[in-house]
Amino acid sequence: MSRPRTRAEYLARLVPPSVAGLDRRSLLAGAAGTTALLGTGLIAGCGSDSGGSGAKTVSLGSNQSDPKPKEVVAKVMDGFRTSSGLEVAVNTVDHNTFQENINNYLQGKPDDVFMWFAGYRMRFFAARGLASDLSDVWGRLSGMSDAFRRASTGDDGKQYFVPSSYYPWAVFYRKSVWQQNGYQVPKTLDDLTALAGQMKKDGLTPIAFADKDGWPAMGTFDILNLRINGYQFHIDLMAGKESWTSEKVKKVFDTWRGLLPLHQPDSLGRTWQEAAQSLQQKKSGMYLLGLFVGQQFDDSELADLDFFTFPEIDPAIGAKALDAPIDGYMMARKPKQEANARKLLEYVGSKAAADITVANDPSTLVANNEADTSGYSALQKKAAELVGSATEIAQFLDRDTRPDFASTVIIPALQQFIKDPKDIDGLTSSIENQKKSIFTD
Amino acid sequence: MSDLPLIQADRAVPPPAAVTPTGGRRRRVRLLSRTDRVVVALMVAVPLLLVVGLVWLPAGATVLLSGTDWDGIGPVGDIEWVGGRNYADVVRNYPPFVPAVQNNLLWLAALFVVATPFGMFLAVLLDKELRGSRFYQTALYLPVVLSLALIGFVWQLLYSRDQGLVNAVLGTDVDWYGDPDVNIWAVLVAAGWRHVGYIMLLYLAGLKGVDPSLREAAAVDGASEGRTFFQVIFPVLRPINIIVLVVTVIESLRAFDLVWVINKGRNGLELLSALVTQNVVGEASRIGFGSALATVMLVVSLVFITVYLATVLREGRR
Repeated sequence: MSRPRTRAEYLARLVPPSVAGLDRRSLLAGAAGTTALLGTGLIAGCGSDSGGSGAKTVSLGSNQSDPKPKEVVAKVMDGFRTSSGLEVAVNTVDHNTFQENINNYLQGKPDDVFMWFAGYRMRFFAARGLASDLSDVWGRLSGMSDAFRRASTGDDGKQYFVPSSYYPWAVFYRKSVWQQNGYQVPKTLDDLTALAGQMKKDGLTPIAFADKDGWPAMGTFDILNLRINGYQFHIDLMAGKESWTSEKVKKVFDTWRGLLPLHQPDSLGRTWQEAAQSLQQKKSGMYLLGLFVGQQFDDSELADLDFFTFPEIDPAIGAKALDAPIDGYMMARKPKQEANARKLLEYVGSKAAADITVANDPSTLVANNEADTSGYSALQKKAAELVGSATEIAQFLDRDTRPDFASTVIIPALQQFIKDPKDIDGLTSSIENQKKSIFTD
Repeated sequence: MSDLPLIQADRAVPPPAAVTPTGGRRRRVRLLSRTDRVVVALMVAVPLLLVVGLVWLPAGATVLLSGTDWDGIGPVGDIEWVGGRNYADVVRNYPPFVPAVQNNLLWLAALFVVATPFGMFLAVLLDKELRGSRFYQTALYLPVVLSLALIGFVWQLLYSRDQGLVNAVLGTDVDWYGDPDVNIWAVLVAAGWRHVGYIMLLYLAGLKGVDPSLREAAAVDGASEGRTFFQVIFPVLRPINIIVLVVTVIESLRAFDLVWVINKGRNGLELLSALVTQNVVGEASRIGFGSALATVMLVVSLVFITVYLATVLREGRR
């Protein structure tokens, strides 16, 4: 447990747990020296149950372990306390550890509300009965677009997720480089290819590219699949319902093969940071990545960063779908304080919570479209507009499919493709065979 | 660090004869008091429990789980038995498996043929008490003190294609970690870099312990340096040789951290240990499939353990 910060907190600690009703879990967590940081709800966790009502608290499992997001969560929870009079005990766990332990966490004694991701990753746990139905919370939410609602819906048509923030994937470029060379934003794949050819002539690497860590290439696969086959096919393919050996998938790889020579070579030894730096150093013309690409730019250079959504390939499908992974909140299957948990979930999806996030975190976009976004940078505003105008929002390959399939099959397969783009038939049938052994239930 | 092998227990002094003939009646003399026996019993029982509970039971559970398709969710009673399907999938249907086995063998061969002899060579040189040998010793041993994960980060800075030192100095643009034909060798250099220091230290310790009169006798007989080493010193170092052999095998089987830091053991850097981790650790884990891979690794280790034990036991009997 953390040190008491005020005298009142110190005194509250003196109450023995048996009297204060400190729950066994946080006691154990504290004893084990784990990061059972009770945050703002320190007294609440220890003391306020002593009245016997036990209805003034709610616990939150947070994966926002970096200092900045952690601070934002604390501020949002302060806002919740002010508006509802309830205390939130925030239990912060390192981001990756949280993800890797999610199975055990949800099957053990999870916090009432926990942070998670939209997409298959959410639907998987919902279908396994490890999360609670939040349809009633959704009935009271306002300012959430239909696309967000769809991304929060489980296989049974009920909502299990409340979105809080997100970031879109798009093609990023430096305005100054484009102005200098007179480049225009491409509207079709042919435009894009022609533009890339021109960039090559001008001595630029047309498309920065990196896949050492395995996941960035998923973004390229996703966007090509969304543009060629559309959102529903993407979802079905990721859910294991479509065959990887179909002509539709082969066409994705085929198109990608055509574009590969325009990508930065030797991508398998490069991290996305290194690829982003080539864009920042004006050696590359454009880069398909999430909004977080901005992290590799100095504040002074950020104004020079711009983006466009990946152009249309098939006019019948258009260019309105995109990857925009959403982070948010879910409720455990049997929360101890269910009514309070629902109140908390309603609050984190509200305009008030979104306003607090906008005011405190310049690096993320908030899901609620009623939020006061006057604090956004030009880049953030444009990103929010892009997602707002999207007809469908995909969650990124590894969030839209079984994680074991994404990491043990797709990553090696995409790397194999980048190494040797010729053998598409062999590649897709290998993926399909492995898919069959994984999607068994 | 857990690297240091245990001192061999096979050279124990035989216990004094516990039987003393007295007159017509042979009577056993109690060598151990009651307290001694309790202590001995505890010293046997506690480690035994630990070994059974922490090594054998998990190993057995791994073998059992390898016949299921458990994903880590739900009660144990719901685990579905799929027989040998995981093994069939591993062999027929899992592209990284064959490269992983090849890479593990390559790792063993590279450490055994290049790094270990080189470490031995350095030890012999340092044993000659050259000027500044302390400095060399420290410099060569330094990598062993670092964790392999840290070594991964250090070499990453050297090997990065666009920003790395190696390409900058050589003026090349080799994709050291990305090109699957090159990266395993690049990694082996990094792994060998550490292994050499380790082996050197073990041999240095052994060489210091060699009776100087052996060298003198060899010198008196007019044996050359090389001959003295190979025919006198090396055979005397037999216990050290066995330890080095075991250490090398262990190092190559448990090779993991370096490739995991680089790219999680993919794209030319597949290793059995990395594949097990990829499958078992994380959300929605493929515990059954990962266990099958772990069992394969267990079998491979058992081969080496058996060979080692057979050698040591034969030695002990002599």
